[in-house]
Amino acid sequence: MLTNAGRGPLGAGCLGFSASGVGRAPVSVSSASVGPPVTPEVVRGKRAALFFAAVAIVLGLPLWWKTTETYRASLPYSEISELNALQLRLRVPVTVVFTRESVPLDDQEKLPFTVVREREIPLKYKMKIKCRFQKAYRRAFDHEEEALSSGNVQEAEAMLTVPQEQAEGSLTMYVISERSSLLPQDTMSYIGPKRTAVVRGIMHREAFNIIGRRIIQVAQAMSLTEDVLAAALADHLPEDKWSSDKRRPLKSSLGYEITFSLLNPDPKSHSVHWDIEGAVRQYVQPFLNALSAAGNFSVDSQILYYAMLGVNPRFDPTSSSYYLDTHSLPHVINPVESRLGSSAASLYPVLNFLLYVPELAHSPLYIQDKDGAPVATNAFHSPRWGGIMVYNVDSKAYNASELPVRVEVDMVRVMEVFLAQLRLLFGIAQPQVPPKCLLSGPKSEGLMTWELDRLLWARSVENLATATTTLTSLAQLLGKISNIVIKDDVASEVYSAVAAVQKAAEELASGHLASAFVASQEAVMSSERAFFDPSLLHLLYFPDDQKFAIYIPLFLPMAVPILLSLVKIFLETRKSWKNLEKTD
Amino acid sequence: MPAVHGGERRWEAEAAPGMAAARPLALLVLLVLGPGGWGFADPPRDSLREELVITPLPSGDVAATFQFRTRWDSELQREGVSHYRLFPKALGQLISKYSLRELHLSFTQGFWRTRYWGPPFLQAPSDTDHYFLRYAVLPREVVCTENLTPWKKLLPCSSKAGLSVLLKADRLFHTSYHSQAVHIRPVCRNAHCTSISWELRQTLSVVFDAFITGQGKKDWSLFRMFSRTLTEPCPLASESRVYVDITSYNQDNETLEVNPLPTTTYQDVILGTRKTYAVYDLHDTAIINNSRNLNLQLKWKKPPENEAPPVPFLHAQRYVSGYGLQKGELSTLLYNTHPYRAFPVLLLDTVPWYLRLYVHTLTITSKGKENKPSYIHYQPAQDRLQPHLLEMLIQLPANSVTKVSIQFERALLKWTEYTPDPNHGFYVSPSVLSALVPSMVAAKPVDWEESPLFNSLFPVSDGSNYFVRLYTEPLLVNLPTPDFSMPYNVICLTCTVVAVCYGSFYNLLTRTFRIEEPSTGGLAKRLANLIRRARGVPPL
Repeated sequence: MLTNAGRGPLGAGCLGFSASGVGRAPVSVSSASVGPPVTPEVVRGKRAALFFAAVAIVLGLPLWWKTTETYRASLPYSEISELNALQLRLRVPVTVVFTRESVPLDDQEKLPFTVVREREIPLKYKMKIKCRFQKAYRRAFDHEEEALSSGNVQEAEAMLTVPQEQAEGSLTMYVISERSSLLPQDTMSYIGPKRTAVVRGIMHREAFNIIGRRIIQVAQAMSLTEDVLAAALADHLPEDKWSSDKRRPLKSSLGYEITFSLLNPDPKSHSVHWDIEGAVRQYVQPFLNALSAAGNFSVDSQILYYAMLGVNPRFDPTSSSYYLDTHSLPHVINPVESRLGSSAASLYPVLNFLLYVPELAHSPLYIQDKDGAPVATNAFHSPRWGGIMVYNVDSKAYNASELPVRVEVDMVRVMEVFLAQLRLLFGIAQPQVPPKCLLSGPKSEGLMTWELDRLLWARSVENLATATTTLTSLAQLLGKISNIVIKDDVASEVYSAVAAVQKAAEELASGHLASAFVASQEAVMSSERAFFDPSLLHLLYFPDDQKFAIYIPLFLPMAVPILLSLVKIFLETRKSWKNLEKTD
Repeated sequence: MPAVHGGERRWEAEAAPGMAAARPLALLVLLVLGPGGWGFADPPRDSLREELVITPLPSGDVAATFQFRTRWDSELQREGVSHYRLFPKALGQLISKYSLRELHLSFTQGFWRTRYWGPPFLQAPSDTDHYFLRYAVLPREVVCTENLTPWKKLLPCSSKAGLSVLLKADRLFHTSYHSQAVHIRPVCRNAHCTSISWELRQTLSVVFDAFITGQGKKDWSLFRMFSRTLTEPCPLASESRVYVDITSYNQDNETLEVNPLPTTTYQDVILGTRKTYAVYDLHDTAIINNSRNLNLQLKWKKPPENEAPPVPFLHAQRYVSGYGLQKGELSTLLYNTHPYRAFPVLLLDTVPWYLRLYVHTLTITSKGKENKPSYIHYQPAQDRLQPHLLEMLIQLPANSVTKVSIQFERALLKWTEYTPDPNHGFYVSPSVLSALVPSMVAAKPVDWEESPLFNSLFPVSDGSNYFVRLYTEPLLVNLPTPDFSMPYNVICLTCTVVAVCYGSFYNLLTRTFRIEEPSTGGLAKRLANLIRRARGVPPL
């Protein structure tokens, strides 16, 4: 900074002159030019003044500008603005397998062929999202025929899925004979726990069209529907009927922390024991293992004593029990939350599941729904935060022994509720099953494979939307505030985020769900790293007007003589031109 | 420049040095990192003990020391699921994530005046190797309510039941000394030490200024000190006790009276002297049920005589001397007041890198003679990376003052490295003294699980010594501070100089020089001619 001052026009070597005539400079110029005879001396003075002005403007100003400007690496602004108009094509590869006698024989001879059905998903979002079911028709192989001719759908399933593992996001539909006994009589289709489904065929002239419609219905239920995407994009959509009740799922993140807390506000009366180790091992861990493609999970638990709810429950004398109203539930969480403690080990979002054993004075305690009826599970959940379950101590226990009463928590009952809440919080909602469709029972992990795929679709789209929004607002911010430093590493993060967004979009379009999800996560990470880079703030509080203010002692004395002499020269030239015209 | 004690310079007390109570603010972190993982896990059991020791100090003040000890018979798994009951989750996660071996964190406001109050109940982390140790002190940190609240949240009973109901922030910070700490360490689960348990000890010591709060009387009660009384034990604690030091120094039981009368007393050798404590067990239903609360009171029948208190065998003092802003000297005075026994002291000093120590000037003198330390470990500082570390084992002769002094030069910092108010000065962390101090009365080694918690704070190595760790005052050192507006001044000045030069240069180059005909004269000449004419002299 200090050397900049010396680089002003003709600054070097000037110290040899005495500093006497600062103020007089313009005066003497004017006095010189007023004189009538145009001597060579006057012309030389004029040229010198012009030369000064030229050097100051051509050399000095750019030099000063260059040496005092903030460093801003170039950013792909145009590509970022193109991202906003990105078209997302979500390709769902569907393999349709026809068994013998499922469709008329003439139709079977036309196989194999591919049908693409594209549909735009109507969302009020700047990105156009198109869903593309690419159906590849083929005939069943011998082992598939054999499997599908068995009498039981579970048996057939076991025989079918063992040989080959299907890629993430893809679906396989088996079309069986109209009279097959694989499915119960009145059901038209069946959705399996993995990525397979069975559809009943038809002997008809329009067989392909009718079956095609059934297949699309089932495929939509198993992969992408509007509400899944609307829930995923809830943050980015305008407030309307979609977003209000869809804000339940957690935001996409690399990992999640799940904390189970047992709240015992009255340890004098209750000595509560829970076998959380066993319950986590048996119920939670298998579910999380199945979900592990969506992120890292860590589970821990704690017991908190003297942790009270924030509201006083209402006493109902008829049933001699206490009630929590629906409208008071939001106030329950805050006082408890200060006790839960933050995680010291990671920065991932935390999901809290609280098991509240009410104090003796407020037992039994029930949660009421909007109509005033007690909620069957006695639990509620808060979107993006977690769930609370009230666990009442059996009133018979008080008679038997004196205080404190030993309470053994029934973990099956508790974990049923918590796992259901966990599914809701992750946005794994019940699918919209088409009519006459049989849904297979849940797997032992509590999560079907296609449900995980659906989650990955939704998360990929959400990640892309988040990354695009982050990049757009970063570009806007940098465009608006001109003295933010953009370092090279920030720029490279922006470039890699843009590249990752493009890659994820391509992978989605070609139906590679797993790699698309990974790329979308990278896009989010890079864009957030760029957006929250601390170097962006370094010079933010050093505005431009201060820069000008500091250099005023240089600019003012320098600019005034130059401007005055330029004005003088201009006036004189005009006068001499007029004189010339007159003499002409 | 006079010796500057960190303790005696506060922002507002600068005008009256020495008048304000010594009150340095210290934050101390002691971390031991290393590979974790021990053996295999048994079904984890945990237990909680809580204890309050009230000690009337020789100066008339009252010290109260709370201890909450959670012992967890579990190894903290480094990965996977972790389940917590009494042990706080936040600290447990810290241990398993960073494979902590030991952690000691304390927040202290005020300075324990060993000379007047006697040796403190300070935690003594035994058998730690300094090579694996991370030790840091932040002497400038202010301790306030927002540090107490998270500390209280770590307690299983929060502040709802048991001894923790007494922890009311506005009283605890209205004291001359406040120190809260968290100590985590592994302890042996059994006598053979085949497996390891984790011990979390939360301690809080306060010293109430009895004269100020008690209107000149030295009597005290729980309510007067904490504005609360004890109502119920913490149902989670296996032990919940209050100990009151009722040792009478002149073999006469008539001097003081505790109310209610204790059911039991406890006698032991504490810090080298024989002490008697009245014991109140909150789990004993008789103590609380009588009046639904327990308000301990102590009355002095005869006011305690104002004679000089017994001087502890070991105490220390530290100061900076020298003048000017270039050089200075750090001096530490170590007092051994024992009449006939010499004992060794381990002195640990960490000095920031911007005080460049001249190690060749290190001198240690006792009784006018040079004292050669039997062990010196010195690790030089690296600029902006690590401070100086100086560790010495010094033998203190009986009844002597040992002076350890070392000269230093003040370094210049980069202008962005100065704190927002650099003229306040820079703090130098206190030195740490670890010593086996000879005790007056022989003591037996105690079983830690059985004896009161405060007894295990200063392990007795053999009958005649006890271990103590003292901290000296933090120091405040002035560093040369630059004029921070200088860059702008330089820019402005240079601009002005350049503009002045430019002006004359411009003038010379663009001006047209003409020879001017001498004119007929100005007003002065005419006036002069007028006068000359009047005088009859020819005009100019």
